[in-house]
Amino acid sequence: MFSIKQLVFKDIITVNKLEIKSGKIYCLFGESGSGKSTLLKMFNSMLTPDQGIIAYKDQSITDVDPVQLRREVVMLGQDPVVFDGTVRDNLLIGLQFADKADVEDQVLIDLLKDLHLKKDLDKEADKLSGGEQQRLAVGRVLLMNAEVYLMDEPTSALDEETETAVMDLFTKKIRDAGKTAIMVTHSKEVAEKYSDEIIYMNDIVTNEGALS
Amino acid sequence: MNEMLEITIWQLVTAYIFIVILLAIVRWRKIPREKEIIIATLRMTIQLVLVGYVLMFIFENEKMIYSIIVIIIMETFAVYNIYKRTKQTLSSELKKIIAISMVSGTLFAFLYFDFIVVQFSPWYDPRYFIPIAGMLIGNSMTGITLGVSSLVEGFSSRKKEVEAALMLGAPPNKASQGIVNHAFDSAILPTINSMVGMGIVFLPGMMTGVILSGAGPMDAIKYQIAIMLGITGSVSLSVILFLYFGYKTFFNKHAQLKL
Repeated sequence: MFSIKQLVFKDIITVNKLEIKSGKIYCLFGESGSGKSTLLKMFNSMLTPDQGIIAYKDQSITDVDPVQLRREVVMLGQDPVVFDGTVRDNLLIGLQFADKADVEDQVLIDLLKDLHLKKDLDKEADKLSGGEQQRLAVGRVLLMNAEVYLMDEPTSALDEETETAVMDLFTKKIRDAGKTAIMVTHSKEVAEKYSDEIIYMNDIVTNEGALS
Repeated sequence: MNEMLEITIWQLVTAYIFIVILLAIVRWRKIPREKEIIIATLRMTIQLVLVGYVLMFIFENEKMIYSIIVIIIMETFAVYNIYKRTKQTLSSELKKIIAISMVSGTLFAFLYFDFIVVQFSPWYDPRYFIPIAGMLIGNSMTGITLGVSSLVEGFSSRKKEVEAALMLGAPPNKASQGIVNHAFDSAILPTINSMVGMGIVFLPGMMTGVILSGAGPMDAIKYQIAIMLGITGSVSLSVILFLYFGYKTFFNKHAQLKL
């Protein structure tokens, strides 16, 4: 699905070679500052490498329209963002951004239940707590029906029990639909429990500056 | 209609008593503003006397070229003033767009006003051309200044929101829609407010001038209504041009947020 060759981004990361296969769940694992989030952002063109190639479906990402790419390869950023409006508005806004059709309220209600988020669809979203906002943001991304999901610490603000519920739901949805996911996490347990393959930043990153 | 009363130079001197009172108050209250008050009063006096001479010259030698030179100076000053009054640093791309939208927005509104609404005769008649161009340009300058501040501030304070939208596949125009609309709103709000208060809260300067010069109130309000509509058109046109092209300077060719 993705293949990276000799990628260099500033003096932050240098990745010699990396393959991401379709239909699998990957975890990017490493300490903070190892460039996990930076690397993740390159998969959907939120950042562009200074050197090297990152290809999506055998086509260099720089040749693909970034907006179309992001509709197939959606991303959840590190800090959950809440937009103006209600819980319903916040769930649907991703579909609207991507020019996709809205879904029925019942779908949203079921999704909230799965996320252990017992909130009314008409509630103002900025009234939710940090953990609730994070689940709302996960829900918004899950509705997108994408090919690839990039998730940057999707459960950082959640307690263990909720984390398990959210991760169970998320990985099940992805596996059922045969989609691909790349997650960033600093929790070894999460990485081992949910991913098919752990990518250790230490293994792929060379710290010797630009590759020749 | 009566001709305007003439103020003699000595009558004018007596008006400076207001400044003397102000100076006495700040000295008494120990507010350190004396220097600024004196400088401001001097500048106001000297600038207006100079403008008086310049306008006198232009009115007596009614030539197309003079009117055109004046409008070029006004536009240049307005653009420069927007750069100076914006506290945030502006990219050179954004500066270019400020200049282009300011000049084209005001010129379009002004030419429409000149040739269609009032129909100056000749079209460069400086008695109409200069003050009316000044009003349109001045108000658009204020509008764009507010729009620029709001746009730049919006992109820095709502950066996360814009990025989250991009990550979900939003094109840059959708990702920045909230910021752009807010900037437009804050840029045209003063113009809308001044229409609401017009005639009740204050008699606008232009209308006062027309009345003072001896015209009847009905003539004065006709001019005032026309100019108010012209100002609204000029402000909204230049601001929308600025925002429409301006937001794009915050994104690079990969639809990523610069910053």
